[in-house]
Order: sequence, then structure tokens, then C-alpha cells
Amino acid sequence: MCGIAGLIHRGKSSNVGSEMTSMLQALKHRGPDSTGFAVYGAPTEGDYIMRIKVAEQEDMAKGHGILAVVDGRIAAVEARLAEHDAKVKAKDKVRPYALRYIIGHGGDTEEMVRYIEEIEGVEILSMGSGLELIKDLGDAAVVSGNYGLGSFQGTHAIGHTRMATESDVDIRSAHPYWAFPYNDVSVVHNGQITNYWIMRREMERKGHRFMSNCDSELLAVYTADNLSNNVSLEDSLRRSIEEIDGVFTYLVATKDQLGFAKDTMAAKPLVLYESDDLIALASEEVSIRAILPHEIDTTDPYDEEVRVWQA
Amino acid sequence: MAGLSQDDSQDNRARDLGMTTEQLSGRTQQVFFEPEEGENFTYPWAPDVDFNKRTEIDADELTTAEVNAQIHALMGQGYGTIVIKNPRGKHGLGVGILSRLNLIFEGSLGYFAVGLIDGPNVRINGRVGWSCGENMMSGTIMIEKNAGSTFGAALRGGDLVCRGSVGSRTGIDMKGGSVIVGGDTGALSGFMMQRGRMVVCGNAGKNLGDSMYDGTIYIGGSIQSLGVDAVESPLTDLDRAWLTRKLTLFGLLPEKGVDHFTKIVAGKQLWNYDHLEPNEKKLIL
Repeated sequence: MCGIAGLIHRGKSSNVGSEMTSMLQALKHRGPDSTGFAVYGAPTEGDYIMRIKVAEQEDMAKGHGILAVVDGRIAAVEARLAEHDAKVKAKDKVRPYALRYIIGHGGDTEEMVRYIEEIEGVEILSMGSGLELIKDLGDAAVVSGNYGLGSFQGTHAIGHTRMATESDVDIRSAHPYWAFPYNDVSVVHNGQITNYWIMRREMERKGHRFMSNCDSELLAVYTADNLSNNVSLEDSLRRSIEEIDGVFTYLVATKDQLGFAKDTMAAKPLVLYESDDLIALASEEVSIRAILPHEIDTTDPYDEEVRVWQA
Repeated sequence: MAGLSQDDSQDNRARDLGMTTEQLSGRTQQVFFEPEEGENFTYPWAPDVDFNKRTEIDADELTTAEVNAQIHALMGQGYGTIVIKNPRGKHGLGVGILSRLNLIFEGSLGYFAVGLIDGPNVRINGRVGWSCGENMMSGTIMIEKNAGSTFGAALRGGDLVCRGSVGSRTGIDMKGGSVIVGGDTGALSGFMMQRGRMVVCGNAGKNLGDSMYDGTIYIGGSIQSLGVDAVESPLTDLDRAWLTRKLTLFGLLPEKGVDHFTKIVAGKQLWNYDHLEPNEKKLIL
């Protein structure tokens, strides 16, 4: 089933970390397996924020031996950062298997990300100047608490509570997905994609990377592929309705935009609240009510509807 | 085996075993022009409520089950007007009410709002999520704002009214009653509709009335496309009279009247029924 939520403040920043936590906690009944956040803070000039995981929770349960392995992986990541002249300005080991780096890097990050991900068990969850992508097993309150999201200030965010239907319950199959290699682009999805393997093979032939067997990852890769061909976000969303089969409602966020697309059957729900300074959208109204308790006007977008908002 | 008849005749024994062929009566059955309908206004076990007795429930700190249990408990105490405050988009509120009641929601509801009801008059001063009024048998539901998809799914009777716009698959599988929408409706509205009437004052999405068996759809605005076997039919005087009366009742009559409505019915090209009685069918099978 899965629950998705997004919000964007126009022209101001707000406590999007705790707002998104409340929205996703209200959607917990739609999927208790894992929760993910893509929150967008003030862009860091010239620096990149890198969110990375070096093992799955499942691996961590295998005994003390894994701790040395994890330390080895972290050392390898830092060595490869250094090889690419990336200067580590801050390092935060948020969880035993998840880290946050602020790096100074002048060149192309794609090559570097590919090189780092060759290390076994390492996945770069996100890279960007504003985006912080956090995903882990557990409900919104647990994940938000563990990663200290409560005080996060930013302009917009998307989030996801997952009920695994197409792939495993682990961090690599959790949403949001980063649209590698495009910094600051993230995707959450509710639905099932039925031409996944056809599209995946097509994308892999073009050289795109897949980190999981989760069908939703395709939407992130598909968005990245369109962006690489200079297709605008709105056109990419519109095109996906034609090219991707299955049922879906998905949200895409970039460093200053938030957009959604709904499939031709309008099979997956979405409720939209729009005002001059705030747009909130979620699978169910209870989620929007979690941050806007007063009486508001909400609508259900129709089939094949696509919208994009600027921060 | 309480209630078994003392009379041991063949007829009585057959009836006690549930093998009678007499016509079932009761207001949950679709009986047209039944003169005795007046005697079937309530279930025998329905609580006796007084509309002038009014009370409120604050749903803020309660679960759906607690709110619904409270509604039933208050009806048992004779309250005939119940106001629910702060519903905040909760799912499944006010379901399964099978007696007369004035139910007012001051706010928006989530999925399956006031489904499976038989008799209440419901007013919702907000929006509803998916599948509002599902399988309603009789009564009235008035929604002041918008509604989600599958609005009035499997509706069997009563009036389900939304002043705003509704989502996709409105009136899917409806078997009676009226769905009345002030705004627009989405794709696949009236899908597999079997009986009843749907009125949409605004526009309709694609595949309107797809695979409908029977029933009537009236659309005031444009129709993106018709579904399989849905055809346009001329608006008769009877249609105009019914539309005028019904829309006036709910204050939704357009300024320009009802002549612009397009009427959609089943083309009956998908009807592949045989004409055999059940016992004749048995002989063939």
C-alpha cells in the first residue's frame, strides 16, 4: 500500500523535519516496514552533503565481527574521497551503519560516487547541496528520532512509509530514492510498476545504476535519464505516464521544486492542499491534518494529472 | 431453536428451515411502488431516537472504533441529533448506522465515511476521502466540500450529495439510489453501474459509464470520453422534471436550468443473458 507525503513552503523555510515526521507518522498504517525522508535545507555554497550507508541493519545483527568490517568500509570511503580531492569538512556517524559527510569538492561528483560505491556494502543515499536523504527500518518517529530530524529547518520535503510488496524489507529497498547522479533530486512512489524489467534493462543499457530490486527505484533512474536529456521535471513527469506501466502516484523533489504524477487509472490516492505559502500533499488527508489541524479545503487530483511547484 | 412454530404442518416446517419462496419484505430490499412501505420505516430493534435531543462528541482524542461505539451508545439513550467535532480526516467514521438519526460532522473525514448505513441523514461540513457512502441502503448524505474516489460505490438507495468535485470511479457498481455532484467527476465514473441515477453538474472524465448494465447518468458539462457500451440518449420531460426536483431539493439547480444535461444510458450491447428460469437452467446444467 505505502504512504507518501510531500510539502513545500513558498518563499520561507520552516521546521520541515518535524512536519514531515508528523505527516508520515499519521500514515504509519499504510506501511510499517520502513520510513524515509528527503528534506531540503538551505543550500551549502560550494560544499556537498553526502548521506551514506555502509551496511544493512540485518548485517549489523550478525555479531561483533561486522564492526571491524564497517570500520574498514568507512576508511575505504574516506580514502576514495581523498583520492578525488574531496575534502571532508564534517563527519557524523549518525548510526553505526549510516554516516553524514560534508565535503568540499570542485569537480564532477558522478565519477567519485561510482568509485565509492564499488566498495562492498556501501551505498550513497544522496549527494547534494540542500538534500539530506534519510531512510531506515521502523516508523517515522523512530527513524526521525534516531537521525535527529526533529530540528531540521528547510523549505520542502518528501517522505514515504513503506509496505514492501515488490522487494525485501531493508534500507536499500526503502524510499526515497536519489536520482543518481543528479544532485538534490529524490523520488517517492506508491504503487507497482509492471514493465519494470523491460524499462530497467533499457536503463541499464544506457549505463544507469540500480542499487536494489525495488520497482520504485526505476522512477528515480527514469527521472535522472530524462534530466540528462535536458527534459524538464514537468515534462519528465508527463512522459512517465505514457511510458511507465502499472499503478503509481509518485512525488519528485529537486533543490527548489516539488512535483507529482498520477497514472492513467488514478488507482493510487493523493490528497492535495494548496495555499499561497504552503502546499501539502499526501496519500491520505489524516497526514495533512497532522500539520494543519484547522479546517482546510483539499482536493483529489485526477488521473494523468501532473503538477510542479517552485519553492 | 427458539421461535420454531408449534404447528407441524409441511408449510411451517419448510418456512422454519428457510426454504420458503414468499417475497421478502423490508426496507433494505428494492421494492418499487410498494404500498406497504410506510410500515417498513424502521428495523424492529432500532433505537427510538428523538431528533430534538442533541449531543456532541469530540473525536479528537478518540479512535474510530470509540467514536462509532459512542454514536451507537448515544442512539441507545435516545439522542437523535449527534454532532461529531474534530473528525480530522479519520477513516470509517459513522459506519453501520441502521436507524433514523441526524448525524453532523464538523470537519473532514477519511476513507469509507458513513458506509453501510440504512436511514440516517448525514451532513459533513468538510471533505471526505475514498468510498464515502459505500453500500448505503437509504438516507441522505450531504458533503459540503470535495470527495475522493469511488464515491458511492455499490450504492443501493438514498441520496448521496457532494457540493464540490469528486474523484475517479464515482458510483462504481451502484445498484440504486442517486449520486449527485455539484462539481466535476473523474475517470471511469459509473463503471459497471447496475441501477440508480448519477447527476454531475460539472464535467466528467474519460470512460464515463464504462460497461454499465443499466441506470442513468446525467452530465451537465463536458464528457472527456464515453466508456464501452455507454450511449447518449435524449433527455425526456420525465428526466427534466426529476432533475429539477432533485437538484432544487439540494440547492444545486444550475441557473440555466437542466436542459443542457446530457443523458447517458447503457447501450445494452454487452447484455448476453439467457432467458431461462433458474429451474430451467438446472435442467441444462
